[in-house]
Amino acid sequence: MGESVLRFEHVTVAFDGDPAIEDVSFSIDAGESRVILGAAASGKTVILKTALGLLRPDEGRVLLFGKDITVLAEQDLYDLRARAGMLFQESALFDSLTIEENVAYPLENQKLVDVPNEQVRPRVAEALRFVELEHTLDKLPSELSGGMRRRVGIARANVTAPQLVLYDSPTAGLDPITANNIMALIVKERDLRHATTIIVTQRFQDGQIMAKYRYNASGKTLERAGSNGSGAVQGLKFLVMKEGRLVFEGSEEELQQSRDAYISKFVLRH
Amino acid sequence: MLDFLKPPVLTIQEFFQLTGRVILNLPRRPHYFKDIVLQMDIIGVGSLPIVLLTGFFSGVVMALQMSRALQTYGAVSQTGPIVAITLVREMGPVLTAIAAAGRNAAGIASELGSMKVTEQIDAMRALGTDPIQKLVKPRLIATCVMLPCLTAIADFVGMLGGFMIATLLLHLTSAEYWNGAYRALAYDDVVQGLLKPFVYAIVISLVGCFYGLRTRGGTQGVGLATTQAVVVSIVWIFVLNAFITKIFVSI
Ligand SMILES: Nc1ncnc2c1ncn2[C@@H]1O[C@H](COP(=O)(O)OP(=O)(O)OP(=O)(O)O)[C@@H](O)[C@H]1O
Ligand SMILES: [Mg+2]
Repeated sequence: MGESVLRFEHVTVAFDGDPAIEDVSFSIDAGESRVILGAAASGKTVILKTALGLLRPDEGRVLLFGKDITVLAEQDLYDLRARAGMLFQESALFDSLTIEENVAYPLENQKLVDVPNEQVRPRVAEALRFVELEHTLDKLPSELSGGMRRRVGIARANVTAPQLVLYDSPTAGLDPITANNIMALIVKERDLRHATTIIVTQRFQDGQIMAKYRYNASGKTLERAGSNGSGAVQGLKFLVMKEGRLVFEGSEEELQQSRDAYISKFVLRH
Repeated sequence: MLDFLKPPVLTIQEFFQLTGRVILNLPRRPHYFKDIVLQMDIIGVGSLPIVLLTGFFSGVVMALQMSRALQTYGAVSQTGPIVAITLVREMGPVLTAIAAAGRNAAGIASELGSMKVTEQIDAMRALGTDPIQKLVKPRLIATCVMLPCLTAIADFVGMLGGFMIATLLLHLTSAEYWNGAYRALAYDDVVQGLLKPFVYAIVISLVGCFYGLRTRGGTQGVGLATTQAVVVSIVWIFVLNAFITKIFVSI
């Protein structure tokens, strides 16, 4: 206890009496990763939003950085949210702000994030360079492609170097090449900063990339975990959601061995 | 049995919850001064053309209508006082507020509504800004400052419109018109004339924000929120106008 960066205890979130997630419990410790799989409308987005207190549970408790956020008032949540970053499913960039202003937003507004004014621009430029979009500073989100917006969203989620990063469907609707590039960015963020990472996805490959690859800082590439002296990826678990319930929690091997018809649909068999 | 009452009662309850949260947040930092100034520009300066036009022509129409009635008593010289009093007490505040409701309640509701349906409101909260502080408070403050100013401007151009009719068609002298208008206005007319727009400003901005922030569903939801914001704020303007007028008539 106390270790967990995020812990769900029997959480139920309902809309107009209709539960979107029901009795969901899991926890994630510092430096670990979770891959949440599940069909459309199974409650994946609701889990991420509940984790940051954007949605309030009807039952159960959510502990974020060890604090029970279900009893906190909205204005007291901002201290905790400042330590987390989130990529929204449709990127949710502020459409009337430029890319630069979007990425600068958490630096200028997050409580506890204290960045001197003259450092905001360099930090934004660095975050955008990280996602290879440094040439788009003055553009508006509507002038970018979906994949580029996703990458801006990743830059915005990570610019404050938060301890916990949540990615909602980072690869949905993208071609395989762009999707893999985006997963590489996420792995890079995770391994360079040892960020606790939760990713929601419908692609099992995304989970495999998270599980099998590490970022090699010297070679500036992804490489298979375990090769070249890089350690295997520790503390990665898959969660599977079905109709609002958590039906599976375990390692990649356990996921692949599952006989459950729903769960095995998410696994690629070679 | 009384199930049909549930939705409106819930809506009113939610509206007062929002109002309560805004009031609690008023003194609380941060105050987004840049946003306040920006909203003052959009709401105040942006509404000037419509306010000038509606104000001017209602003054013209009033002078025309009144002159016919006054002619029958041979009291055409009273045009100035009558135009001034009706404008400052009633027409100026109400017409300006309706113009502002059409323009700003709609603008606020559609802007916030679009942000809501594209998850920008959630993103804002996730990235460290309370939408009440960042979106609602600046709009409330800006409207409360600008609407009384706009009303004063509308009153003035309305009197100008009346003046044009009075001098060109009714052949009053400029001094007759302006002296009459000036003398007719008592202290409590001016108080009433500025209190009203202040109250309507609260209604327009909060109703606009309220319907914007509770928008559901895509583009259609934004359209619905916008329409509701305009209709509801206009109805409340008329209802409150009756109340405030009653209070001032009684004292
Ligand atoms: N704001 C909301 N109001 C009402 N119902 C909602 C809301 N958000 C989510 N839901 C409902 O909760 C359920 C779970 O939604 P959620 O967005 O978490 O699905 P998801 O697993 O993220 O799906 P997808 O993969 O399509 O993004 C759905 O049935 C949805 O209709
Ligand atoms: Mg989703």
